[in-house]
Amino acid sequence: MKKGERMKRWFVHIGLIGYIGLTCALVFYFPQSVLAFLLFEASLLLIYYAALPRTTKLFFAAVALVLLMPLLGIVNGYYLEVAIQVGIFVALALGLNIVVGFVGLLNLGFVAFYAIGAYLWAIFGSAHANEFLPGAHFPLAPSWFFVFLFLSVLVGALTGVLLGLPVLRLRGDYLAIVTLGFAEVVRALVNNLDKPINLTNGPKGISPIRRPPLFFQPILELLGLKLDAAVLYPLYFYFLVLLMVLLVILVARRLEGSPVGRAWKAIREDEIAAAVMGIPVVRMKLLAFAVGASFAAAIGVLFAAKQVFINPESFTFMESIGVLAMVILGGMGSIPGAILGATAVTILNLQLLKGLSLWLNTLRQSGIILALPLLGSFDLSQIPAQFEPAKYERMVFGLILILMMIFRPQGILPPRRSEVKSDGAA
Amino acid sequence: MDLALSIFFQVLVDGIVLGFMYALIALGYTMVYGVLEFINFAHSEIFVIGAFVGVEILLGFEASGSLAMLHPAFVLLVVLFAGMVISGLAAMALERVAYRPLRGAPRLVPLISAIGASFFLQDFIRLVESLWRNSFYLSYPTLPSLEKSLKIGSAVEVPIKSVLVIATALVMLLALHLFVNRTRVGIAIRAVAQDPETASLMGIPVDRIIALTFFVGGAMGGVAGVLFGLHYSLINPYSGFVPGLKAFTAAVLGGIGNIPGAVLGGIVLGLVEAFAASYLSILTNGAFGAEYKDVFAFAILILILIFRPKGLLGEKVREEGV
Repeated sequence: MKKGERMKRWFVHIGLIGYIGLTCALVFYFPQSVLAFLLFEASLLLIYYAALPRTTKLFFAAVALVLLMPLLGIVNGYYLEVAIQVGIFVALALGLNIVVGFVGLLNLGFVAFYAIGAYLWAIFGSAHANEFLPGAHFPLAPSWFFVFLFLSVLVGALTGVLLGLPVLRLRGDYLAIVTLGFAEVVRALVNNLDKPINLTNGPKGISPIRRPPLFFQPILELLGLKLDAAVLYPLYFYFLVLLMVLLVILVARRLEGSPVGRAWKAIREDEIAAAVMGIPVVRMKLLAFAVGASFAAAIGVLFAAKQVFINPESFTFMESIGVLAMVILGGMGSIPGAILGATAVTILNLQLLKGLSLWLNTLRQSGIILALPLLGSFDLSQIPAQFEPAKYERMVFGLILILMMIFRPQGILPPRRSEVKSDGAA
Repeated sequence: MDLALSIFFQVLVDGIVLGFMYALIALGYTMVYGVLEFINFAHSEIFVIGAFVGVEILLGFEASGSLAMLHPAFVLLVVLFAGMVISGLAAMALERVAYRPLRGAPRLVPLISAIGASFFLQDFIRLVESLWRNSFYLSYPTLPSLEKSLKIGSAVEVPIKSVLVIATALVMLLALHLFVNRTRVGIAIRAVAQDPETASLMGIPVDRIIALTFFVGGAMGGVAGVLFGLHYSLINPYSGFVPGLKAFTAAVLGGIGNIPGAVLGGIVLGLVEAFAASYLSILTNGAFGAEYKDVFAFAILILILIFRPKGLLGEKVREEGV
């Protein structure tokens, strides 16, 4: 019995190592193949489901994320970009998951907090602040980036509370519409506050925004590593995003098991009963709003620094719904679910739909004429040029939302229930 | 100040036109909320479907060369009727596919499904128009008889288009009023809105009444869509979002679930928006301008929900204990 178990575990190990090694080799030899990279990405899912002890799984995931992913990113820089985007959306989805999943408050304006964080660093991390502040102190030195990361957490929490205070007494569906209205107001302000005082530079956006400092460059040089800035910065942002995702996961997990997290879930299940049991409902809701908002704002700072250029277009209602779709797909209230949902949706948008668009384009230019039985012939160059799957993100989000609600409202990886152990407190 | 006075009447007319448009759309939100206590988020796309049906029929007439030959009143009747029926049917189909399977689920579930339906329909319209016309930014063909203005007195001119919108909206509102208050089906709708369980005990087929409510609300939205296209000419699959959100604001402003309230809310909101758009820049010496008109609408929504969630005319829908 014990021997059989050990054998099985060896098989799982060898299988995992073999799969990861194989997909890595595929990406190395076919750097342009979307499929190879997708197979590699699937290895993380495999690790998650593998019948192994947690520490082993963590070790495998660490090898894949810290060692292999950056190496593949050097082979094809686009993959690193995809990984960074995935990380940003994972962090956003985890933030929204606290508000929507843990507490059951439908926040349709989540992107507003993201925008607030992004503009916070964009304004002071570029020369733009000189437009409305006397003197020429801006852009701030790159190391201020880290200060602003902390500052954005505070500003995010503050705006979350300011919005939450008046609206959290509203019923669920009204709250959804009000948060949506709030996000539209923020976007309208960002779009129009280039006059009378030029705070945001309006639709033209702000650039160039400073990137965080390369404080580790001397160490790399000591080690004899000389990397070009074009390679170094994506790697740097990749690790920053990875660090942030880990931090967010940690905070979300700690909160989930804490008395606060239990209070949140009690409110979600039955608000009146929770209030009767002595849970300060409004204060708890405010806390959730503040935590979610501060996550989003901090990620916004990172996003602005990564993009170097931001404008209001990045913060539309569609982004809010996209993040919502990620949370719903994975499973409301489930941390692994939010991660899976964000990864799946981002990869679908960035890789599968774009790949399909490119494929259709090559078909159009191929000049092939299909002869279909019964239907006659069809000239492939006749596929309308307006038809580009990559532009149909809304349809994807919409379908995810409807289908999940009808067929699997608990999501792909629903939260495990009753995992809270009583601590044996007498 | 001269400028402020000289544009006053123009702004008033624009505000009333906008207000009736919002009122027609708001009816769809408010009626559905009345029977189901649920925000039909995809109603803005039902409105856009009406606008696209209108443009397709007009472009069809134009392509066949009959647009100039047919009597304009006939053309308008055909377009309005088609927009009404197809939008109504689309709303019914939406209810059947995306909402009915979710009846009885927690409140947020149908709302999320409705948001999904809204996004899906936007891109679905885009897909259909892309395949069919290779473009999804369409503009209504001009009807020469609508381009004129009525002169009242010496200084005041009212465009025929505005008269058309106001007159059509008034006819639709009157028809709806008679339908809801004087017919047996209308009474059934009100009964379901008051208490669906008791209504069903009284022999009212609740499911069919709900479907019918969606049809009527969708039809109002469809008419509004055609009028929107005729008045502003340019449409695209995403043009419903902002008017939809404002119409919802209008419904809340008047008291959601309350039919006269939706009309009142629409007109108040239309006037506020038109006056804010025109006078803000005069009052602030150009520092803030028409671009803030959306902010006004959403600020009104937030303030109303905080301070008077029942709306101006109060709530007529039931309070659910659960």
